[in-house]
Amino acid sequence: MNNIFVYCEIENGKVADVSLELLTKGRELADTLGCKVEALALGEGLDGVEKELAKYGADTVWVADDKELAPYRTLPHTSVVCGVFEEEKPQIALFGATPVGRDLGPRVSSALHSGLTADCTSLVIGDHTDAKAGTEYKNLLYQIRPAFGGNIIATIVNPDHRPQMATVREGVMKKEMAKTPGAGEVKRVDVKKYLKDTDLVVKIIDRQMEERKIDIKSSSVLVSGGYGMGSKENFGLLFELAEVLGAEVGASRAAVDAGFADHARQVGQTGVTVRPKLYIACGISGQIQHTAGMDQSSMIISINTDPDAPINKIADYAIVGDVMEVIPKMIKYYKQNSK
Amino acid sequence: MKKALKIVVLAKQVPDTRNVGKDAMKEDGTVNRAALPAIFNPEDLNALEQALVIKDMNPGSTVQVLTMGPPRAADILRDAMFRGADGGVLLTDRKFAGADTLATSYALSRALVKLQPDIIVAGRQAIDGDTAQVGPQVAEKLGLPQVTYAEEIVSLDENQIVIKRRLEHGVETVSCPLPMVMTVNGSAAECRPQHAKRVMKYKNAKTPSELQAVDNDYLRVQCNCKEYLNIGEWSVADVDADDNQLGMSGSPTKVKKIENVVFQAKEAKRLTSADADIDGLMAELIASHTLG
Repeated sequence: MNNIFVYCEIENGKVADVSLELLTKGRELADTLGCKVEALALGEGLDGVEKELAKYGADTVWVADDKELAPYRTLPHTSVVCGVFEEEKPQIALFGATPVGRDLGPRVSSALHSGLTADCTSLVIGDHTDAKAGTEYKNLLYQIRPAFGGNIIATIVNPDHRPQMATVREGVMKKEMAKTPGAGEVKRVDVKKYLKDTDLVVKIIDRQMEERKIDIKSSSVLVSGGYGMGSKENFGLLFELAEVLGAEVGASRAAVDAGFADHARQVGQTGVTVRPKLYIACGISGQIQHTAGMDQSSMIISINTDPDAPINKIADYAIVGDVMEVIPKMIKYYKQNSK
Repeated sequence: MKKALKIVVLAKQVPDTRNVGKDAMKEDGTVNRAALPAIFNPEDLNALEQALVIKDMNPGSTVQVLTMGPPRAADILRDAMFRGADGGVLLTDRKFAGADTLATSYALSRALVKLQPDIIVAGRQAIDGDTAQVGPQVAEKLGLPQVTYAEEIVSLDENQIVIKRRLEHGVETVSCPLPMVMTVNGSAAECRPQHAKRVMKYKNAKTPSELQAVDNDYLRVQCNCKEYLNIGEWSVADVDADDNQLGMSGSPTKVKKIENVVFQAKEAKRLTSADADIDGLMAELIASHTLG
């Protein structure tokens, strides 16, 4: 009782990376608290799922196997998760900040009247004093997340309600097999006990899972290249950096016209207007037609051999140097020091 | 024959956090909230558009916009009316202040019980918190089914709506019976612009409090006799809400600590391609959560 629960997403029989990342974090938190970490897997045809989950530290694997539970739908999953939580009374419950977790988490938190913190970037155990009431709390979950468009970092606690719930985006926590695997003891959930007829009113008519389209508009970090990149081959380096940072690749009109990149990636007056958290302009001189589409970015870094390039007037950081030399250094540093 | 539907859009006035320019940060690197313009939350505009699309599909339907906030949040209700909404309600009371998403959802759900809509449309999330929680929590409080990440309405009849959802790696089409709650993704159609004729018609739309402050008898009389110029203004008592579930005290989550991300001064900082410069910059970006 009062253990840590991790809701595990399963698509086509495979456990999502984000769920394994959360199990890794859950294992660490459980060791700090001296409790167990339990995985909750909902879906259809889940036989053997416990093996994978145990490797990442799951002591217990709750398996809810029913045809109504795959593909994911809000109401059936909510009823099963709430049913298990009401009986098992976890102290902490973690969800991936995915379309599924962000659909399910709030529904569950509302039903249980517990609190939920979205998109946490860090989870730590610590104490808390309510200064007003003078109440001391031991071993709460600090739910740390950026807020206000990333301009502040807030630490949220959930003193009086259980479970303490949080969602975390994919790639934020490290995925690592446990030093000692968990027991992975399977407990079957009696799905019929929790499902109501009214849970089945939403019907999935069609599902098309596809490759992600180019979407430079909603990426929070954008690595953009200009004519100064020199060639399509050199543009490959931008893709490498973007891959490492979880970013998208943009381009100036000159680069698109020269055939270095797709038109869908064009930033500027005749392309897309973007306002990411970070815009890295590589070999872009900074013509007004380009800057009009990106000057609202929260932070701009320019990399250019020309110290007087107009882009440097709106940049927060102007790196005067060769892109082909600077970017590999960024990749190397980030790989070694992130997470 | 199609039934006239009652549609309510949930909207929020938010500080424009996407537009944190250099003057929006104070010397000490803290957020200068006063310098951030208050705007209509972008995805709530996408939601308003979908509501207006439903109205277009079902002539005779009405679109009301519900917002919770301080008195000046009435600005977004007028904006919505200029774009096509039929009216708005401002939920405002000091007791609502300091609410987390759950207490906010409770307050909104109380107002929705009074409005009794067939379809509730909300933006996926607001840019000041990015939580995406209020839509689903409202749906749960009302015991209604939800469709999140909506991108397009495929079809609609009296009893059910068919919606295309945009997920990270694909699209899903679902049918859902009415009444229901949908949250609209930013990838959905942009909201139609303000219409000049509607601006003329609704520019004097006011809440009762705003009307009281008007020092112009002609305008006051005009507003009093034209029903469509009245913006609703509801307090805790008007929606019969339980004080214990509202505001800071009704919020399970508490803010323990706030740290400001310190931004750099105005001038572009000049760096070279030397290892030390690049490593230092990357370390700063990681520490400030700009990366990672």
